[in-house]
Amino acid sequence: MTISTSTDLPAASETKTPSPRALMLRRALEHKGFIAGVVIVGVLILVALLAPLLAPHDPFAQSLPNRLLPPVWAEGGNWDYLLGTDQVGRDYLSRLIYGARVSLTIGFGAALIGMMIGVTLGICAGYFGGWVDHSVSFLLTAQLALPGLLLAMALVFIIGPSVWVVIGIIGVLHWTYFLVVTRSATQRLKSQDFVAAAKAMGATRWQILRTEILPNLSSQIIVIFTFELGISILAESSLSFLGVGIQPPTPSWGLMIAEGKQALFYRPWLVILPGVSLFLLVIGANLLGDGLRDITSPQGRN
Amino acid sequence: MLKYILQRGALALAVALVVSFATFMLLNYATDPASALAGEDATPEIVEQIRQTYGFDRPVFVRYFEWLGGVARGDFGESYYWNKDVASLVLERAPVTIALALSALMVTIVIAIPLGAIAALRPNSWADRLALTFAVSAQAIPSFWLGLMLIILLGVMIPILPISGDSSWQHFVMPAFVLGASSVPAVMRLTRTGLIEVMESDYIRTARSKGYRGFALLRRHAMRNALLPVVSVLAVQLGQKFGGSVITESVFAINGLGRLALQSILGSDIPTVQMLIFIFALIFVLMNLLADLLNAALDPRIRIS
Repeated sequence: MTISTSTDLPAASETKTPSPRALMLRRALEHKGFIAGVVIVGVLILVALLAPLLAPHDPFAQSLPNRLLPPVWAEGGNWDYLLGTDQVGRDYLSRLIYGARVSLTIGFGAALIGMMIGVTLGICAGYFGGWVDHSVSFLLTAQLALPGLLLAMALVFIIGPSVWVVIGIIGVLHWTYFLVVTRSATQRLKSQDFVAAAKAMGATRWQILRTEILPNLSSQIIVIFTFELGISILAESSLSFLGVGIQPPTPSWGLMIAEGKQALFYRPWLVILPGVSLFLLVIGANLLGDGLRDITSPQGRN
Repeated sequence: MLKYILQRGALALAVALVVSFATFMLLNYATDPASALAGEDATPEIVEQIRQTYGFDRPVFVRYFEWLGGVARGDFGESYYWNKDVASLVLERAPVTIALALSALMVTIVIAIPLGAIAALRPNSWADRLALTFAVSAQAIPSFWLGLMLIILLGVMIPILPISGDSSWQHFVMPAFVLGASSVPAVMRLTRTGLIEVMESDYIRTARSKGYRGFALLRRHAMRNALLPVVSVLAVQLGQKFGGSVITESVFAINGLGRLALQSILGSDIPTVQMLIFIFALIFVLMNLLADLLNAALDPRIRIS
C-alpha cells in the first residue's frame, strides 16, 4: 500500500536509501512468478492485437477438402496448416490466434464491469458504515448464494448470446471479490490522519472518496482485477462450451473445445490445443496477480 | 447460543427469499414466458392465448407470491417442456447429483488436506513449493477440459473407466475427481496457512519440547485446531458443488440436476430453471448456515461477539 509516495520529494534521490519505486522494481525483477505472468499475458495480448498479421489463414474460411488435417508433427500433417484444421477445414492455428482476442476482450470487459460495481459498493460500505454497510453486506451474501454459472447460462440464453451480453452478464455476476477487499481496506484507511486532514480542509465526502481513498486502493484493485480476468475468461469458456455463450462461427476457445468434442477419440488435439491455450492465459493472469500482490504489499508476502 | 442460531437462521431465510425474488424477476422480465412456450413461429394471437391460459398476463408480483406459496406447500409448478411437475423431475434427478457432490467432497478432502499438511510441515521447502505450484496450476484448468482429458486418458488410452452415464459406482470416479479437484486449491491453501499458524503457537512449542516431531505432532496436536476453519469451508464448498454439477454432468452425460438445468435452459423451460436456481441457492445458504453454527459450536469466541 502506498499511503504517501516520496516521488515528488527531490531529496529522495540524494539519500542513500532507494526510493519505494526502485524497491518495488527490484522486487518485481526478482519475482519469478511475476516475470512468467508478465511474459505469458504480454505475449497473448500481443497475439490478440496482431491477430490479422499473425494468422496464416482466414479463421472463418472453410475448406472441405482439407477437413480434420492433423498438426504438422503428426502423420499426414502439412506445413500449410501448422496445427491442422477442424471439422469444416478451417485453419486451427488461425482460429486459436483469433480465440485469444475473444477471451481477452471478454475477460477485460467483464472484469472492468465487476470492478466498477464492486469498488463502488466496497468504498461506500467501508467509508459510510452503518446501514449502507449492512445493506451492501446483505447484497454480498445474496450474490454469493446464487449459483453464478447457472444464472449466467439462463440469462445469456434468454437475452440472446452475443459477445456483449456475455461480457455484461459475467461482469454483473463477478464483483464480490472487489467488494470484500475494497470494503475492508477503506475501513482501515478512513481513520488515517490524511483523511482527517482532508476533512479539516473542507473536502466533501465525494472528494475524500475520490482523491484520498480511491488512489490508495489502486494497487489492491489491480491485483484483484488480474485474478478476475482469469476467472471471467474461465466463465466465458464454460458458457461457450455448454452452448450458451459465444456462438459459432466465432472462434472462442471454449466453443472450439465443444466443437472438437465430437472428434475427441480420433482427433484429440482439437480439444487439447484450445484447452492448453486457456490454461496458459489463465495461469498467466493468476501468476501476474500473485506477483503483483507480493510486490505491492510487503505485508501480504509469506 | 440460541440467540446466535436464531440470528443466523433469520439471515439465511432472508437471503433465500431475496435470491428467489431476484431470480424470479430476472427470468420473468428478461423473457416472455408465453412466446417461449408458443415456439418461434407462433402467431401473436396464439401467444396471447397462451399468455391468458397460463396467467402470464397478471402482474409479476402476484405470480411470484403464488410461486412462493406453491413452493412452501411442496408444489414446485409445472414444467411445460418435460410435461411433468417440477417437483417429481427434481426428485428423480436429485439422488445422482447428491451422490456426485458428496463423492466430489471426499475427493477434495483426500487430496487437499494431506497436501496442505505436507506443505505446512516445512514452509518454503521443495514440497511446499511443489504443492503451491500444483494449486496455482489446478486453479487455471477449466473443469470441462480436465474432464475431457481424463476421458481420453482413462477412458480411451488406458480404458479402465466408463466415460459416460451413471449406472454404476465406476461411472462416478472421473466426474467426482473433476468436480472435487476444483475445490482442492482453496482447501489446500487454507489447511496450509491454518497449520503454519498453529505450528507457531506456544502449545506446539511445548509439544515439540516433549519430543513430538513430524506427523505425530501434526496428528495429535496441530491438526485439530487448524482444521476448524477448513471444516466450515468444506461445508461451503459442498454447497457450491451443486452449481458446479452443471458442467461435470454434461461432460460425463450424468442425468442429474445439473444436466437437467442445462437441458431446461436450452428448452426455455423457465419454471424448472427458476426452481433449480432456487434449490441450488437454498443448498448453498443451508451449508453456510451449517458452517456458521459448526464454527460457533466448536469455537465459543464466535457466538459471544
